[in-house]
Amino acid sequence: MELLRLATAGSVDDGKSTLIGRLLYDSKQVYEDQLESVERTSLARGDAYVDLALLTDGLRAEREQGITIDVAYRYFATPRRKFIVADTPGHTQHTRNMVTGCSTADLVVVLVDARNGITEQTRRHAFIASLLRIPHLVVCVNKMDLVGYSRERFDEIRQEFEGFATRLEIADLTFVPISALNGDNVVDRSGEMPWYQGTSLLHHLEDVHIASDRNLIDLRFPVQRVVRPRSEAHHDFRGYAGQVAGGVLAVGDEVLVLPSGFTTTVSSIETADGPLEEAFPPMSVIVRLADELDISRGDMICHPRNRPAIGQDISAMVCWMTDAPLAVGAKLAVKHTTRWARALVREIHYRLDVNTLHSDPSVEELRLNDIGRIDMRTTSPLFYDEYRRNRTTGSLILVDETTDATVAAGMILHPGS
Amino acid sequence: MTYQLTHLDALESEAIHVIREVVAEFERPGLLFSGGKDSAVLLHLATKACWPQAVPFPVLHVDTGHNFPEVLAFRDRRVAELGVRLLVASVQEAIDRGEVTEDRSPGGTRNRLQTHSLLRAIEEHRFDAVFGGGRRDEEKARAKERVFSFRDEFGQWDPRGQRPELWNLYNGRHHPREHFRVFPLSNWTELDVWQYIEREQLDLPSIYYAHQRAVFRRDGLLLAVGPHSQPREDAPDEEVVVATVRYRTVGDATCTAAVESTASTPAEVIAETAVARVSERGATRADDRFSEAAMEDRKREGYF
Repeated sequence: MELLRLATAGSVDDGKSTLIGRLLYDSKQVYEDQLESVERTSLARGDAYVDLALLTDGLRAEREQGITIDVAYRYFATPRRKFIVADTPGHTQHTRNMVTGCSTADLVVVLVDARNGITEQTRRHAFIASLLRIPHLVVCVNKMDLVGYSRERFDEIRQEFEGFATRLEIADLTFVPISALNGDNVVDRSGEMPWYQGTSLLHHLEDVHIASDRNLIDLRFPVQRVVRPRSEAHHDFRGYAGQVAGGVLAVGDEVLVLPSGFTTTVSSIETADGPLEEAFPPMSVIVRLADELDISRGDMICHPRNRPAIGQDISAMVCWMTDAPLAVGAKLAVKHTTRWARALVREIHYRLDVNTLHSDPSVEELRLNDIGRIDMRTTSPLFYDEYRRNRTTGSLILVDETTDATVAAGMILHPGS
Repeated sequence: MTYQLTHLDALESEAIHVIREVVAEFERPGLLFSGGKDSAVLLHLATKACWPQAVPFPVLHVDTGHNFPEVLAFRDRRVAELGVRLLVASVQEAIDRGEVTEDRSPGGTRNRLQTHSLLRAIEEHRFDAVFGGGRRDEEKARAKERVFSFRDEFGQWDPRGQRPELWNLYNGRHHPREHFRVFPLSNWTELDVWQYIEREQLDLPSIYYAHQRAVFRRDGLLLAVGPHSQPREDAPDEEVVVATVRYRTVGDATCTAAVESTASTPAEVIAETAVARVSERGATRADDRFSEAAMEDRKREGYF
């Protein structure tokens, strides 16, 4: 069974929680006691109907105010796949939460209310999904029952979205007309829309091809930890633990270690369950090398003729995630793969309007939920790839050195782009 | 070669990555080990993450004094097998020292008292990271918890002030006296845990499998008759019967209930879990029934 991580975007008004509630309920992941508890709370609050949003809104403040504050993770499985759903709120802190939920997603589901069509919020969600390089985007046109299951209305929304999406980079775009409330095209094909030739949403989630989404070309192995047991049983053992971030690592490969620049060969790939011939993302393994080299945490193992970029001048699109704004001259901690460094922000090129995609070069700072392009200089070199080429070696977080809070998510751009 | 991992391999790899990040970045980690199935899986993953070294950090059992003997036996067996150091934070001792007061009303438990002993042990041993076996599918408040979950100098959790957690870039930076709770099993479900137990052939306390036990029913829960829980004399409906039961969770013996079951192997438990209609906590934990936000409130104070 494979794992698929998906993010959902939309507001309660779009029927997002109803959709998630239905996916969970129809795949028998909602238990009777959980449903009873939701019914009790709905009744006590005086709701006219059982609010399935309460299944996901777990914090007291959320239940009292009827809003979603934070990303919630939900789980369901079918015989074919296990799904991890990052449910991101549509209201407050929208950009910050959606960026967080999308960072690990293979697929994003954007909900559109068939009556309202494409809104500013829809465009924002699609843009963030494309910025985070989520390979698969599913637009669920919901509440089809309220527009008489109209094919014309569905086609109209589809065309408008496709027109907008040509300005984005979305590898795989799918449209599904649904009614989350009635269950049309959610789990099973609906009899109400014979004109729709596609599959149900769940069937698509089970079927969508994700195996090719990882980068299996460029070997990247960030060293997480040097393993030297110094015990009787493993006296001479020396290995490098880490998670493969790209490409395929094989025993016998000639490899290059950064930053030292020495080359050597892979003598073995080890795990607690025995040795392996090959390792690929996202496997956690221990690599042993033929030569004893000076290697430490934060170093990078790659193939000699396929190296990541190496540099201290980093250009990135960042999402700013804290109240105090970011200004030129800020000094921050940066974490990239397994390496920490310090960074000096040297330039803010522009702020992107996530609704119109216009860039505004006149801004001098980035505020909470802003997305913009910055340049920074790091205290030590990073071994990185463009985010669009590799989401693991192309991503970074910025951390406030005083409060230790994570204040930005960064997606590295090509040097000189 | 398809270069595709199964869901269990992907979850295992993620957990190993998380554990190794902690070992690499923190000075004094510890691992909460109750002898329950989630902590058994967690400890197993720690041995894989640290291999070929032995697990270098101690395990901590917060002991309410109300234990199932099978669970204590399992705890001691695993600790001896792995050669790890076991620390016990005793709730009974905290009561004896007068640091906390026991709720002696009917149905009162020591559940909430564990927080005091846990936080005291964290201070005493100066842990800066404590692994826990918590899963996001267990409970609504847990669904919002980070993998690296920050605790202030009072051990408190601030659900609204959590750090965003992006990609696999965990931020464990903290000031002295602050610490992290780290949850490598965040993305696992009850079913995943059982599938993994079956695949890895993990040893568990025997009470996770069907056995005969004298039980009585209270508030819809099946409680064992034992030194720590007895039917009330004034409650005629708390009739003692012998039933075939197993435990889905293992906690304080006074507030952990059994479920009727004939499942005697991991495969049979998996088959049962796949069609269960009541959640793990709903079926077995009296402590979560206080209010909608019982878990959130306890977690804010520093609970597991």
